[in-house]
Amino acid sequence: MIVETGHYALVLALALALVQATLPLWGSRKNDPALMAMAPSAAIIQFILVAIAFGALTWAYLTSDFSLANVVQNSHSQKPLIYKLSGVWGNHEGSMLLWVLILAFFGALVAVGGRRTPQNLLATTLAVQGWISGAFLLFILLTSNPFARMLPPPAEGNDLNPILQDPGLAIHPPLLYLGYVGFSITFSFAAAALINGRIDAQWARYVRPWTLIAWIFLTLGIAMGSYWAYYTLGWGGFWFWDPVENASLMPWLAGTALLHSATVMEKRDALKIWTIFLAILAFSLSLLGTFLVRSGVLTSVHAFATDPQRGVFILAILVFFIGGSLALFALRGPLLKAGGIFAPVSREGALVLNNLLLTTSCATVFVGTLYPLALEALTGDKISVGPPFFNYTFVPLFVPIFLAMPLGQVLAWKRGDLLGAAQRLVVALIVAICGGLILAAMQGEPVISAVFAGLSLFVIVGAFVEIWGRISGGGLSPSVMFARATGLPWSAWGTAIAHAGVGVSLLGLAATGWGVEKILAMRPGDHVAVGPYEVTLDKVEPRPGPNYDETVAHMTIRSGGNAISTIEPSRKFYRARQMTTTDAGLRTFSLGQIYAVVTEQNSNGEIDVRLYWKPYVALIWIGAIIMALGGAISLADRRLRVGVARRARQAAMQPAE
Amino acid sequence: MRATSLLRYLFLAVSLFAASAAHAVEPSEMLADQKLEARARTISAGLRCLVCQNQSIDDSNAPLAKDLRVIVRERLVAGDSDDAVRDYLVARYGEFILLKPPLNTGTILLWTATPAILAAALIVVFLRRRRPVRELADELTPEEAQKLAELLEKRGK
Repeated sequence: MIVETGHYALVLALALALVQATLPLWGSRKNDPALMAMAPSAAIIQFILVAIAFGALTWAYLTSDFSLANVVQNSHSQKPLIYKLSGVWGNHEGSMLLWVLILAFFGALVAVGGRRTPQNLLATTLAVQGWISGAFLLFILLTSNPFARMLPPPAEGNDLNPILQDPGLAIHPPLLYLGYVGFSITFSFAAAALINGRIDAQWARYVRPWTLIAWIFLTLGIAMGSYWAYYTLGWGGFWFWDPVENASLMPWLAGTALLHSATVMEKRDALKIWTIFLAILAFSLSLLGTFLVRSGVLTSVHAFATDPQRGVFILAILVFFIGGSLALFALRGPLLKAGGIFAPVSREGALVLNNLLLTTSCATVFVGTLYPLALEALTGDKISVGPPFFNYTFVPLFVPIFLAMPLGQVLAWKRGDLLGAAQRLVVALIVAICGGLILAAMQGEPVISAVFAGLSLFVIVGAFVEIWGRISGGGLSPSVMFARATGLPWSAWGTAIAHAGVGVSLLGLAATGWGVEKILAMRPGDHVAVGPYEVTLDKVEPRPGPNYDETVAHMTIRSGGNAISTIEPSRKFYRARQMTTTDAGLRTFSLGQIYAVVTEQNSNGEIDVRLYWKPYVALIWIGAIIMALGGAISLADRRLRVGVARRARQAAMQPAE
Repeated sequence: MRATSLLRYLFLAVSLFAASAAHAVEPSEMLADQKLEARARTISAGLRCLVCQNQSIDDSNAPLAKDLRVIVRERLVAGDSDDAVRDYLVARYGEFILLKPPLNTGTILLWTATPAILAAALIVVFLRRRRPVRELADELTPEEAQKLAELLEKRGK
């Protein structure tokens, strides 16, 4: 009964999405407030309905209701509770339902939080949102129904893919989807602006918080996925330029460009057409990512043929929204009036450079990911575009970005002074050179690691130069400086912190060159030096788990002869799926990590062990968290809070402070 | 820094990030000669495990990857150069095995895409510059000066 309720709620949500997609749009054309007012209510109720459907599926998973085909295929009665829960979105149907749930959630947020947005813009935006959710609800109901029954129900399920039975992967998809789908709001705002034919700096203000929210979650989602790959795939790599990873990187790059161009639009009323284009692009790439991952077209070209219905359906959605929005853009874009003027050397100029390099890198990922598909379709030749291609093209694009980041921050709006800006960065440069030299002396070869570490220090210190310039001044007392620091807009701090986060991640990447690797066969009692530590294999023993059998290697880590920690790398054999996974043993020491993986025991009692010392590796993900934190601080800025814009305008009428 | 040395550093950087990926090579396969083994590792990292999803044979635990790793080492011990080893495998498995696609008629668009896009974008930005810089004058026009005076006057009241 609960399952049927969920199914029914999903159908109702579709009907409501269609209402939301049409009537408010009509109302906005005819300037009918009653019709336009339907949009927020429809969005909120639609969210409640999808939430009911999602709740019903979750209930079926938690109670192991094996009369549902979806539960049978992806769950098991013995599975730990958290994975019963994460199993809801650990499969195609459930993850699409989560996608729509988040879409409806954002729609409801806009409806609740957008009360101060002009009614016309709000109604059109929510109508576009209705089109998107309508398309995906239809997709779920027609091709990917999670509520399909299986009769007669089997006594036991097939279990969730063991690789997905991991806390990291339990929260990775929701984070990533919050990012992907968050860009739908920006997209809807952009489409609404084009439909209504009105766009100004005020529009950028309404949109910026939504872009920031999407960007924060996407940043965290990508970092989470990367850390998951690092500790579960079993060989310590954290980014493989895999098509699925690229699918999440493309919207991130476009979204990062969008954040920056929206700033120019908000502050200087320039780059309007470009900002609208990026807003369309960011969500189009999110849709493309969903298509690539969900249709299976990338991992294997043949998966497309095995389920052509789904692939073709998502492709149709893709063509409709990307094609439709681009057509709208071509039609209405030229009507938008261009805004403020600026010199090439200025804050705007630096942000244009940022946009050029970010969108070029985004295009590079796009070409590299889809080129093999296109070539095979056209000529039948099969080629691989692997990590070497992306490394060759990405590093030259990102080095100028890192160099320009601090420079752009200290340039003035409208017209900047390059020499003056460079002089303000002397401190950052000195820190970078000294730090690079010190690290080179400490860690040794390769030199390039020290060079990149120096560059990362330049980015980190350079990120705060602008703020320092605003709070310091000839002979100010610390208390005055503190007052000035707290008086700065939060978005200034957010920018500095997010930029510093980029530098922190880069430092972690640079340090990978200083890593140590040991691959060897060990017997219990053997020990080996890995970087500054010594690792001893104490014993290897079996250990039973809830839905798997485990072989655990107990190891002790010593520093200077003293045992400081233990690790337990293991291999798990999942009974239901007859699959083996490796669990790395990890221990963090002052930002570096000892990383151990074992393979099965040989007949002579030896066990193959791979041990790594990865100095500063944790910085890669800490940097991403700092970036997200910067975004969150920026989000908390008064100026961005909903409704503040209007009050601020009223305040501006009176004499300022 | 001179252009040539800058370029050298970029390529070093490239190899650094390439080397940071992963390893599934087993101890029993490894060669005693450390130089040869290091070459084998570098070659393996650039070869695709044909039955896996986007993994190099150096990363993969698949049996085929193991066989290929052994072949790479056998060829090196037999005295082949790095390129000869790659050619040997390309002759048997096709260019699909190379994770870094070779530059030829089929891949020319792939390799030139990034510089071409960047160049095109720079040209567009250059052409769309809206007004020469000197029009961004520091002085106000008479109308602006008058408006400013009016505003200041209003505020003073």
